[in-house]
Amino acid sequence: MTIFEAILLTIVTASTPLLIAALGELVTERSGVLNLGVEGMMAMGAACSFAAAVTFDSTLLGVVAGMLAGALMAALFALVVLGFAANQVGSGLALTIFGLGLSGLIGAPFVGARRDPVAPIDIPILSDIPVIGRLLFEQDLFVYVSVALTILVALYLARTRSGLTLRSIGENHTSANGLGLPVRRVRFWAILFGGACAGLAGAYLALVYTRFWSPGMTAGRGWIALALVVFAAWRPGWVLVGAYIFGAATVLQLHAQAAQFGVPSQLLSAVPYLATIVALLLLSLRHGRAIGAPGSLGTPFVPDR
Amino acid sequence: MRFELTPRPTVSPVMRALAPVAAFITAFLIAGFVIWLMGRSPIAAFDVYVLQPLSDPWSLQELLVKATPLALIAIGLSYCFRANLWNIGAEGQYVIGAVLGSWLALRTHGTEAGAWVLPLMLILGIIGGALYGLIPAFLKTRFGVNEILTSLMLVYVAQLILDYLVRGPWRDPQGFNFPQSVTFDPSATLHPILEGGRVHFGAVFALVAVLVTAVILGRTLFGYRLKLTGDAPRAARFAGFSSKATTMAVFAISGGLAGLAGISEVSGQIGQLQPSISPGYGFTAITVAFLGRLNPIGILIAALVVALTFIGGESAQIMLKLPLDLTQAFQGILLLCVLAADALVSYRIRFVNRGGGK
Amino acid sequence: MKPDVSSSGPPLVELQGISKRYGDLLANDGIDLSIEPGEIHALLGENGAGKSTLVKILYGVIEPSAGEIRWEGRPVSIGSPVEARNLGLGMVFQHFSLFDELTVAENIAVALSHEWSLSTVRSRLSEISRTYGLALDADRAVWTLSAGERQRIEIVRCLLQNPRLLILDEPTSVLTPQEADHLFTTLDRLSAEGCSILYISHKLEEVRRLCRRATILRAGRVVATIDPRARSAREIAALMVGNEVGEVRTDAPHQVQGEVLKVSRLSMPPGGLHGQALRDIDLVARAGEVVGIAGVAGNGQSELFAALSGERLAERAEAIVIAGKPSGTLGIDARRRLGAAFVPEERLGHAAAPSHRLSENTLISHAAAEVSRSGFILVDAARRLARSIVQSFDVRTPEGDPQARKLSGGNLQKFVIGREIIRKPKLIIVDQPTWGVDAGAARLIRQALVDLARAGSAVVVVSQDLDELFEVADRMAVIHQGQLSPLKPVGEWTREAIGLEMLGVAQAQGGVHAV
Repeated sequence: MTIFEAILLTIVTASTPLLIAALGELVTERSGVLNLGVEGMMAMGAACSFAAAVTFDSTLLGVVAGMLAGALMAALFALVVLGFAANQVGSGLALTIFGLGLSGLIGAPFVGARRDPVAPIDIPILSDIPVIGRLLFEQDLFVYVSVALTILVALYLARTRSGLTLRSIGENHTSANGLGLPVRRVRFWAILFGGACAGLAGAYLALVYTRFWSPGMTAGRGWIALALVVFAAWRPGWVLVGAYIFGAATVLQLHAQAAQFGVPSQLLSAVPYLATIVALLLLSLRHGRAIGAPGSLGTPFVPDR
Repeated sequence: MRFELTPRPTVSPVMRALAPVAAFITAFLIAGFVIWLMGRSPIAAFDVYVLQPLSDPWSLQELLVKATPLALIAIGLSYCFRANLWNIGAEGQYVIGAVLGSWLALRTHGTEAGAWVLPLMLILGIIGGALYGLIPAFLKTRFGVNEILTSLMLVYVAQLILDYLVRGPWRDPQGFNFPQSVTFDPSATLHPILEGGRVHFGAVFALVAVLVTAVILGRTLFGYRLKLTGDAPRAARFAGFSSKATTMAVFAISGGLAGLAGISEVSGQIGQLQPSISPGYGFTAITVAFLGRLNPIGILIAALVVALTFIGGESAQIMLKLPLDLTQAFQGILLLCVLAADALVSYRIRFVNRGGGK
Repeated sequence: MKPDVSSSGPPLVELQGISKRYGDLLANDGIDLSIEPGEIHALLGENGAGKSTLVKILYGVIEPSAGEIRWEGRPVSIGSPVEARNLGLGMVFQHFSLFDELTVAENIAVALSHEWSLSTVRSRLSEISRTYGLALDADRAVWTLSAGERQRIEIVRCLLQNPRLLILDEPTSVLTPQEADHLFTTLDRLSAEGCSILYISHKLEEVRRLCRRATILRAGRVVATIDPRARSAREIAALMVGNEVGEVRTDAPHQVQGEVLKVSRLSMPPGGLHGQALRDIDLVARAGEVVGIAGVAGNGQSELFAALSGERLAERAEAIVIAGKPSGTLGIDARRRLGAAFVPEERLGHAAAPSHRLSENTLISHAAAEVSRSGFILVDAARRLARSIVQSFDVRTPEGDPQARKLSGGNLQKFVIGREIIRKPKLIIVDQPTWGVDAGAARLIRQALVDLARAGSAVVVVSQDLDELFEVADRMAVIHQGQLSPLKPVGEWTREAIGLEMLGVAQAQGGVHAV
């Protein structure tokens, strides 16, 4: 494996959690709910998946635990913003604070433990193609799942009845309610899906990316996933593109740090965060205000009965 | 079963005042449950978290010390939140305020510079925080970039700037390679209010900020401007209040107060720069602002209450071996409860069984 | 082939003792109503009489506090719009229940049951469009369509489900006279095919044209069920309003003086995502006259209001001259200080902050009112001002200084118009002065505007209500797709001519238009 191939491989690994978390949030937001708790749900996903994987020595159980943890956190959020029509921005922030704290409690006993690497799935013949072979056809299952998920989410939103209902509710919940569409039920499942995805992304971080657990290991990835949804103008295909650009930026700055160009390492560490700001800025310069944002995004819904 | 919300025709002021209290109790019950799950006694935890700090003079002072930055930052945030603008980067503004103020302390270190150093440091702290807060405000007003994400991203950047400085150019050469600056001279130190006490003059700044803010929000056109911008943005534009100017103003104010909190903490408590100068005051202040219902006096009380969880958390770590993260988890759940309680004040909630309830 | 009302068999739908309570307010109070198969039944009443509440109950959007609904004689409970549709009800909402970003076909599909795929919707859509002459392009995004076309989507959406009862809530309020005629033909045809129609309106002429039975609501109760063709308009109006509403007096002696507002070649790009651009607008309003601007909603009225008020600035200062001063680039405060006053269309959230008290709401026009001094609010002065507005304009309030949202539409409108008129502005620009306002308040508001003009101010009224404009305006123009027709004395306009301008036909000299 050449250095170049190795870098490309790590880019895929760094991009996958961003992609999964952002896809989940995209579905939540298309239903009209802004959940700023991605970072917290991801942290819980990481902690719970790692705890379960170590305890039961099973990556599969770890993944299930991570997704469940994310979904449970999302259910708590749904209770507050759908049940009590509470402010979504504040509630999402609270969820992040809560998740970061609780994940610390859950993960503390597992500091220092390590998991073995997850075996990649080798697609015969195709993986022998030079350069792109191993890159495209010898990845772990999560990578394939994340790409499949992108396609499924795109098809779901564009082609299915249920996706049409979800988009309508996100566009205008008052009209949707007038037509008898189940606004809160659809939003509940959309929030839960977002939570499960964030949990899965966290599980990937803990079980594949780092293979250990440490407090605050999500390091703002949940927030970057949120930015990716805006950057992608709420379209799944662009989330994939954005996730890989950000993944590349993260990996390249790590390699730059290792190469010691004489640039302070902190400056390089700041690259993903600065890149997020610059990406949002460029997007606004090109399109004006948040293009493609669902019409009801972030506004509480109180049915008039 | 499902929830149904009906708007209350009138909102009683008693409920409005009691909602945060109810939220606090609920959060406590949830936290107690979690502690019980972890195999510890919730009663013992309550004793360590609440009763002991309140019955011990040292802890009471410590309470004021911790409440000071919380109140200063939360007061600033209340300007933003009233106008429905989401500055969630106060932690970064706090750090940059501390950095810019400390620059002067380090420049004048070991010189004969006089009494002017400290006031100038405080002013630099305010300017640093305000300028850093103006970055997301400028990006929002000029280019329409969402302020939530940019203000948060800038927190990570600010922490990395601080980290770079204390490990690089500002590191104390005689500090045995520890990542920290020299200890500030007395002329660059914010002194305790009482000789030998721990409570420094930052507490006075917080009190002044509370009083001034009470007047501004209650009695001035600027205060009304924020309320109108938050409650009915189109009406605010119709009233001739430019939303861009409002955005810039509230980010400058909240950033400035966060910066003041930062430099006060560094020059009054820590006495030098180090990689970590805040246990998350900037984020906790969001909880404080909402727990105080965005009201200056309410925020003052909320800051004291939330400061208790920091002190309690520290002693619980030592006495009950409960991790510090419990405090953060509690603050998160508290904020959720406060927001839900806010909704309960404006809506009546009914539980309806599906199919029935006609 | 109208079925006889007294025919045997149970009515299609029968409401018995329907009541709906919101807090202290009884929006519907023991309402009885029955509709026969194939009948076009009118539900008449003023704004706020409870018509919308009643149809929302019938359509399952809100649940009644008491009462029973019978469908073909069987008691039914309609728990949601889906259940209503399954029974055979279709509803065309007043404020359309459409999704701007979705296509026509998607908008229709989303309201139908799951058997409908997008492709079946598409083919049935073209079929229905042809049968009823309701032309629609399946793949256009809704935001690109006119109000008339949007209404067609709602109607087609209902027709695809073969409804037994079609409910239309104020359907002509957004249509040109010609479009309305077209709608009536469609409704006659549906009725002849056996579909019942519940037609909600406050316009007598339409009801007399379409219906043989009308139920009249007032303050949440049924006051009478009548044959509208057998009664005079005056009688029906009296039933609707309770006591007689006088006409607006416009005969006071007055003379028209100098120009207070002069707009010349005002152009502006669209404001929002789907806004309307303004193109080369010329307009003059003189002291002592009321200038009316007619037009179908969404043709640039709100953009024109934003440009005249200074909520959006023009590129050239000379584009808008107020009281002799070029003001195109001045903000709304500066224009207020020149003696201009503004009342936007939306009461709640634009003209007034719903959760704020009336005294606080006086601060919204603080630039021209004595309610603050060097940045500090004069609380007492604001309270006094609110009190005198309430007294001078007969604003009925539930308490001394209530929150704006606690006032009824009519009373709040009197307050926001009063807030501006009380300081005797040289120029007032009002967008939809009586939209959704009861007849008594509407008359008071129109009279106040006319009186202001007669006292020497210039008044500009933007309205979709042609009757209103004919009543108050001295000169009138029509806005269509951001362009303003020439301003002519009211006497020189006919309804037909206005209708043509509204459709843009007059300018295009009979060119091809999507009607």
